[in-house]
Amino acid sequence: MASKNKKICYHCGLECPTDDIRINDKYFCCNGCKTVYEMLEANDLCSYYTIDENPGISKQDEIKRNFDFLDDSDLKNKLIDFTDGKVTTVTFDIPQMHCSSCVWILENLYKFNDGITFSEVDFLKKTLSVKFIEAKTSLKEVVELLDSLGYVPNLNLDEKKEDKVKNEYKKLYYKIGIAGFSFGNVMLLSFPEYLSFTDKVTSDMQMIFNWINIFLALPVFLYSASEYYISAFKGLRNKIVNIDVPITLGIFVLFFRSMYEIFIAGGVGYLDSMTALVFLLLTGKIFQNKTYDAMNFERNYKSYFPIAVTIMKNGKETTIPVDKLEVGQRIVVKNNELIPADAILISEQAHIDYSFVTGESQPVEVINGDMIYAGGKEIGEAIEIETVKEVSQSYLTQLWNSKAFDKKHESKIDTTVNFVSKYFTAIILTIASISFIYWVSTDMELAFNAFTAVLIIACPCALALSTPFTLGNAQRIFGRNRFYVKNTSVVEKLSELTSIVFDKTGTITKTAGASIEFVGKDLSEEEKQLIKALVRNSSHPLSLKIASLLKIKSNIKVENYEEISGKGIRGVVGDHSVKIGSYSFTSDQETEKNEAPVAATNVYVSINDKQLGYYKVTNIYRKGLKRIINSLKEKYKLFILSGDNDSEKNNLMEFFPDEEHLYFNQSPHDKLHFIENLQEQNEKVLMIGDGLNDAGALMKSDVGVSISEDINNFSPACDGILDAKSFKYLKDFINFSYTSKKIIITSFIISFFYNLIGIGFAVQGTLSPVVSAILMPISSISIVVFTTVSTNLVAKKRGFL
Amino acid sequence: MSAMLILIGFSLTVAIIFLVAFLWAVKSGQYKDKYTPSIRMLFDDKKPSDSNNDNHDKK
Repeated sequence: MASKNKKICYHCGLECPTDDIRINDKYFCCNGCKTVYEMLEANDLCSYYTIDENPGISKQDEIKRNFDFLDDSDLKNKLIDFTDGKVTTVTFDIPQMHCSSCVWILENLYKFNDGITFSEVDFLKKTLSVKFIEAKTSLKEVVELLDSLGYVPNLNLDEKKEDKVKNEYKKLYYKIGIAGFSFGNVMLLSFPEYLSFTDKVTSDMQMIFNWINIFLALPVFLYSASEYYISAFKGLRNKIVNIDVPITLGIFVLFFRSMYEIFIAGGVGYLDSMTALVFLLLTGKIFQNKTYDAMNFERNYKSYFPIAVTIMKNGKETTIPVDKLEVGQRIVVKNNELIPADAILISEQAHIDYSFVTGESQPVEVINGDMIYAGGKEIGEAIEIETVKEVSQSYLTQLWNSKAFDKKHESKIDTTVNFVSKYFTAIILTIASISFIYWVSTDMELAFNAFTAVLIIACPCALALSTPFTLGNAQRIFGRNRFYVKNTSVVEKLSELTSIVFDKTGTITKTAGASIEFVGKDLSEEEKQLIKALVRNSSHPLSLKIASLLKIKSNIKVENYEEISGKGIRGVVGDHSVKIGSYSFTSDQETEKNEAPVAATNVYVSINDKQLGYYKVTNIYRKGLKRIINSLKEKYKLFILSGDNDSEKNNLMEFFPDEEHLYFNQSPHDKLHFIENLQEQNEKVLMIGDGLNDAGALMKSDVGVSISEDINNFSPACDGILDAKSFKYLKDFINFSYTSKKIIITSFIISFFYNLIGIGFAVQGTLSPVVSAILMPISSISIVVFTTVSTNLVAKKRGFL
Repeated sequence: MSAMLILIGFSLTVAIIFLVAFLWAVKSGQYKDKYTPSIRMLFDDKKPSDSNNDNHDKK
């Protein structure tokens, strides 16, 4: 176990502050952890501790949660998957799940509560499905059990789209399974043809082979390939010739020409080529369909908001679902809870953190009678508020009424492959027609053969495979470098950008409060109070930073307060003279000390003309920001939108010399409109933001990337989630998307040469099934190999792998 | 040559059995979560019989 002097909690692995909480030789950091241990021991579940060491989730900052709202049947129906009145199935999101012990304990829930008949974890998705018997237990009890073990489920009312996704993946597997099966067997039965054994195979036998082939190919033609027909049809209806149009054309011609060969011309047809084609295309699809299970790119405000609120009813606290919240109700909001609807403060005073809404990172002081807006977070003791608007009508949620959220916005950027396929289809049809006209006067049958052969051989298998394999691989490479994109088209869109818009707080700066420390002698409580009292008067960002560091109360009166810009603040606090600011300002010596510029700002403190030390505010901007900005500014228009006031302007100018492109005091709506304006000027916009306040802009932009210190945290709806640690690679990601596009174009050229050879045979009407069966897979597979190998090589060279 | 037909018949039957097995595996959700089972197999104690055989799609 732990070393002798420092005990480690047997349950959660944190250091124990005292040795008092113990059972025999097992020490615990808090009573919460001990309780969980006792629960596990009572149920004979102590193998929890042997699978992984100290697997538990700390219960130190335990707050009593009230799950009464789960008895509300409307709300319950929204949370559960299925119920028949007796047995209920429900799936929880449990972000705390982190090790095999978690899996083990969560799958053994039935030992705690015999109403639970089944529980199963999906570790990558971090979900738990539970089946329980209504007569023996309830949703509320199940959630309370999870809570008591430290696995509080993340309850929110996001629409459950799980089932649809599940069926999609199944369909694809069915299709590829059938296509692969048919492909292999048709190929086998076509062997006599390949090896020119035709003279040894009797025609009766050949006919049997053909019939089996047709029987095998039909499900592929009718089922496995069906989505290409649908997509082509949809495209044509919208007057778009997408890549699926030539594919569909190819498959149809292959199938019907084969029928003609088999039944009329007495040949063997091209069924082997057709099944191979469909199989390879579907493989590409599987490769492209990489998703990040634990991440959700579609979140809206509902996933941020609590699903239940505590209200005061007849002097008693009860919880109700947030949907049922009405205007005029009294709500109790506790520390760190979100305000669900616009309301008026009833309590004396509150500190509201609006960073969610505005990006402004400092808490705002609100007094009795003031408006509090939805999305703010209460900091400090519990407050009482009275709602004045419904949840859906509140200031923040109104953002979601903007038309940017109406539908999934179709990007105006045409994908390369669709652009190419338009010309490709036209050229192929032209060549086919010309060869038809050329032969038609001499030999009708040959003309017909040549026409169909061109369509068969030119089927853009290689074309259709290069994009999914290149972009799918790029997506995987991004993911390994902690940049998670929603789908492969995002990778492509990254290469088309013309301007980049950054949010300030949380995006190019680190999350507030993370970068300040006091250097000097230890401050006494009294000194801290003096400092706090003085900095409270100033709205300078450095003062705010210091104030947020000192989490103590201070009611000392400040007199003769003075703020000297560029130097510091001073005042008489109680009966002490306090100065906070630059070295020379706080020191009585006139000698100007040469300080290192910007990298770290030191704020000196002196009380009664005695310097005590300084607050070291280390570079609050993200690492590598300057390098990124410098490398991006030549190619892109850069903008900064900040919810804060412009007090940071001078610091920002260090990075963004162009004053015109800095915008301050931007509301979430302003940001959305800003993106809209840029797009009207035909700019392709990358928006990089973090909080809910950027949600509109992220949605509206061509590529919206949300930056996150912890990728399992909530992030608003977006196209990609970038781990803050990888922010410095932003430029490299964009560059890589350019390279991917080049690789795609190169592979187009390669497949063009294959087509030249094939069409050489085809226009003469001499395309034998063997040539087709060899040329088609070879061209496709070589394209797949080329794209995968080249993306990997480039990634390796640039240090991505 | 008729021996070949019998052999083809056999090979097709075997292939179809494998196809059906694959389709069943997909249907019963074995491809849904490809990671958790790798953890689960390390637990050596017994789970109740119904949770082993149960699967999601029979909800």
